[in-house]
Amino acid sequence: MKKLISLLLALTLVVALAGCGKTPETEVPNNETPNNETPEVNEAAKDMIVGFIYVGPIGDGGYTYAHDQGRLYLEEQLGVKTIYKESVPETQDVEQEIRNMIDQGATAIFATSFGYMDYVAKISKEYPEVAFFHCSGYLTTDNMANYFGRIYQARYLSGIVAGLKTETNEIGYVAAFPIPEVVRGINAFTLGAQSVNPDVVVKVTWTSTWYDPAKEKEAAIALLDGGVDIIAQHQDTTGPQQAAEERGAFSIGYNTDMSTMAPKAYMTAPIWNWGPYYVAQTQAVIDGTFTSHAYWEGMAEDIVRLAPLTANAPEGAAEAVDAATAKILDGSEYIFEGPLYDQAGEVKVAEGVKMTDEEMLSINWFVKGVEGKIEQ
Amino acid sequence: MRMTKRTDMTTKKAVFIRTSAIILALLVSAIFILLLGHNPLDVYVSMIDGAFGSAYRIKDTLTISIPLIVTSIGILIAFKMKFWNIGAEGQILMGAFVASFIALNFIELPKLLLLPLMFVGGFIGGGLWALIPAVLKVRFDTNETIITLMMNYIAIKWITFLQYGPWRDPKSMGFPKIANFTDNAILPKVFGIHAGWIIAIAIIIVVTIFMNRSKRGYEITVVGESVDTARYAGMNVKKIIITSLFVSGGICGIVGMMEASAVNQTLTSQLSAGYGYTAIITTWLSGLKSIVVLPVSILFAAMIKGGSFIQTAYQIPQSAAKVLQSMILFFVIGSEFFVQYKIVFTNQINKLVKEVKQ
Repeated sequence: MKKLISLLLALTLVVALAGCGKTPETEVPNNETPNNETPEVNEAAKDMIVGFIYVGPIGDGGYTYAHDQGRLYLEEQLGVKTIYKESVPETQDVEQEIRNMIDQGATAIFATSFGYMDYVAKISKEYPEVAFFHCSGYLTTDNMANYFGRIYQARYLSGIVAGLKTETNEIGYVAAFPIPEVVRGINAFTLGAQSVNPDVVVKVTWTSTWYDPAKEKEAAIALLDGGVDIIAQHQDTTGPQQAAEERGAFSIGYNTDMSTMAPKAYMTAPIWNWGPYYVAQTQAVIDGTFTSHAYWEGMAEDIVRLAPLTANAPEGAAEAVDAATAKILDGSEYIFEGPLYDQAGEVKVAEGVKMTDEEMLSINWFVKGVEGKIEQ
Repeated sequence: MRMTKRTDMTTKKAVFIRTSAIILALLVSAIFILLLGHNPLDVYVSMIDGAFGSAYRIKDTLTISIPLIVTSIGILIAFKMKFWNIGAEGQILMGAFVASFIALNFIELPKLLLLPLMFVGGFIGGGLWALIPAVLKVRFDTNETIITLMMNYIAIKWITFLQYGPWRDPKSMGFPKIANFTDNAILPKVFGIHAGWIIAIAIIIVVTIFMNRSKRGYEITVVGESVDTARYAGMNVKKIIITSLFVSGGICGIVGMMEASAVNQTLTSQLSAGYGYTAIITTWLSGLKSIVVLPVSILFAAMIKGGSFIQTAYQIPQSAAKVLQSMILFFVIGSEFFVQYKIVFTNQINKLVKEVKQ
């Protein structure tokens, strides 16, 4: 018996040693990183550790993937070390993960989902020397910035493509949670579609998920069964795209270029380009110039884009999108500018009036032409 | 080849089997880590470092072990009776539900009154939820494994309903979240770890004494060994099953109260985080001995924490870290089979038969 144990032990050692030989460049875990959370301001970039907290897996082909591309871009540009944690639920777990990252030496943390907000705000007060960045929320603290992009601009453009393409004049929209961000996106998309096709109706279904491919696909199928011929979405997966592909319908993606996921259906997508922001902010932390802020920029800063149109896109779409893009960039197309009507047809924003950022960030009503209900 | 129940198991043999299982697990996992492009020894060392490497990490590991310990103790009482309570997950949630109801509706109560009230509420919530399968069992002889398991999903859906519907925080701007507890509903920290650890130790002591020294504890063991014997000895088997299940579920409900109050500081449908299922394993590995639950749960918590640590330290995908943990589990649980049974090959059987004939 003892012989067996020692044999097994020896084998373990052999395998382990073989590992040493094969991968000498394996990174040593940062055991030596001080745990006292007092980083020096002028650390070299390569000594800095930046943490990323994701709500889904990096292979989701959508939202988290887009953030992770930003993280990789950051590593490549600045040579900082990054660590990340996937599929962190929007519960107290995020607090735990942030503590773990700080314990492992992180001095800047990007928390990339709406539901993390309260927890990040709370923990930011405990670690005043760490820079926190929360994506898509509205709270800031002395050392917690919030950042997001005006993705509604790109959604407006994608609405143009869908509005030109639809034959039934009914477009399905698989929506996540009834929070302002999602509502704003649906409105912008609808306004875009209506700008080229006033008869368009956008039917909304809620899934109450960010990442549940099966459920989101099912929701898209239900919409398709209800007569829509184009599917747009606001989740982090490609489930709705696959539904459109299988049913021979067309689709607008989200987050990243999804053309490979649904080659026969996918037309374009509003997409994220987080890399430059991550580089700029990390550099600010390294230089000691980081200050808390609320960042909400759009196509002008290239943080959001419309993905290239595929061959599925309708004729004339490219020209219409280009024209609208130019107007967005020069400020003549504001999108949320009156007259805007709510679902009942009442004037919500008078002619010539532009909604303020605060109004857009807390929008909780649908524009005329949207079929769906916002649970209050 | 056939399997026979072991009668010759000695402590020495059992230790040998378990040790080789762990070594085998490490060996197979090492190959897996190699395939991922990392040095297995480094990763193992880093797992231990991640779980125990600093005061902060030890605290974190212990915090994870608290719900495991208490849930295991709760399950243990049912398992001793051979009542297979797979429903700890649901009992935790229902305990959390009642405790949260109290926390959210009696905010003006002082901490010293509110917390004990939540504690009792958690116990009753979990206990009543466990009572349903117990009553069904004694009245209709239903299969408790299926019923307790199915009731988990009912509990999860119930909490989800509250979270998305009537209990949703109106201040959350449409996001499905229940309001956070006020400070007086949050368990204080003692030596840097939430006071749940004191509750856990107290529960271990009480249950150990209860199981080994009290009449009811003895009765539970007898019911577990043989219902007929218990009946013959004049015990009220139905009453024993029902009251013990109430206590079993109640202890799980306390976990819900602790997790809601100290860890999440609110109620969510993800509150239990699978502790109800993990605790089945820790209970089983403890050999249904309440004292042994303590080290087993802490080791298990270390594995969870260490597995989480290597994900960020080595950028190993979450799924791969889970595979690692599962591999270790598979071998350790698998080894229990060899502790209980041995494999006899046909020629050996023939030899045995011959010997007997002679």
